[in-house]
Amino acid sequence: MKLKALLAVAFIGIILFWAAGDLPAFGDPEAPATRYTGKLYVDLALSDIGVENIVAAILASYRGFDTLGEVVVIFTAGISVALLLRRGGRL
Amino acid sequence: MRRNVIIKTVSRFLVPFIQVYALYVIVHGALGAGGGFQGGVVFAASFILMIIAFGLTCVRERFNYKWIVMLSALGITIYATIGLLCLIPGGNYLEYGSIEALLGIPHLHGYLIDAVEIGIGITVMATMTSIIYDMGDTGGESS
Repeated sequence: MKLKALLAVAFIGIILFWAAGDLPAFGDPEAPATRYTGKLYVDLALSDIGVENIVAAILASYRGFDTLGEVVVIFTAGISVALLLRRGGRL
Repeated sequence: MRRNVIIKTVSRFLVPFIQVYALYVIVHGALGAGGGFQGGVVFAASFILMIIAFGLTCVRERFNYKWIVMLSALGITIYATIGLLCLIPGGNYLEYGSIEALLGIPHLHGYLIDAVEIGIGITVMATMTSIIYDMGDTGGESS
C-alpha cells in the first residue's frame, strides 16, 4: 500500500515538474495573467474610481458584490459559533 | 487566575493605541495598505488583550453580547445600504459612480469606498469579539 502511494505521488510529481517548464518566469510582464485583465485594472483604476490603491479599488468597487458576500460569510460564522457555543439565554 | 499588576497596567496603557491604530488601518484602506478586514481584526485584538488582562466577565460587562450582535449586523447593513443607494440615480447595485455623477461631488467614489470599509471593519470586529466571548466562556468557573 505504501509503495502504491509512493508511486502515485512520484507520478503526479513528475507531471507537475514537467508542466512547470511551461510556466511564465517570475514577475514576467508578458505573462498571460498580467497581460489582459491585470493591465486593464492598472490602467483604468485611477481614472475610473479616483483611488490610488488599486487593491482597494478592485476589492471594494470592481468586486464589491463579492466582498459583500465575504462579509456575510464572516457574519454567518460568528452567528453559527454563537448558536452552537453560547450558553444561557438568547442570542 | 491571579491578575498580574504589570499585565494590567501595560494593557491599560496599550489598548487605546491599538484601537487608534486599528481605526487608522480601516480609514487608510483607500489610500494605501489597509482595509476593513485587517483593521477589524486589529480592533478585535485589543479586546482580546483586555480579556487576557482583566478577565472575560469584566470586559463583557462593559461591552455585552447584545451590542456585539447588533454591531455585527450593523456593519453589513451599512454596506448593503450604500449598495442600495446606488440604485436611486439609476445605477447598478454597488455602482458608486452613479451617486458621484448625480451629486457632482469629486472623489465621492473614494469616500463611499471608505464608508464601505468602515462597515466591513465593524462587522469583522464584532464577529471576532463574539467568537472570543463564546470560546472563552467557562460558564462561571474561574479560568
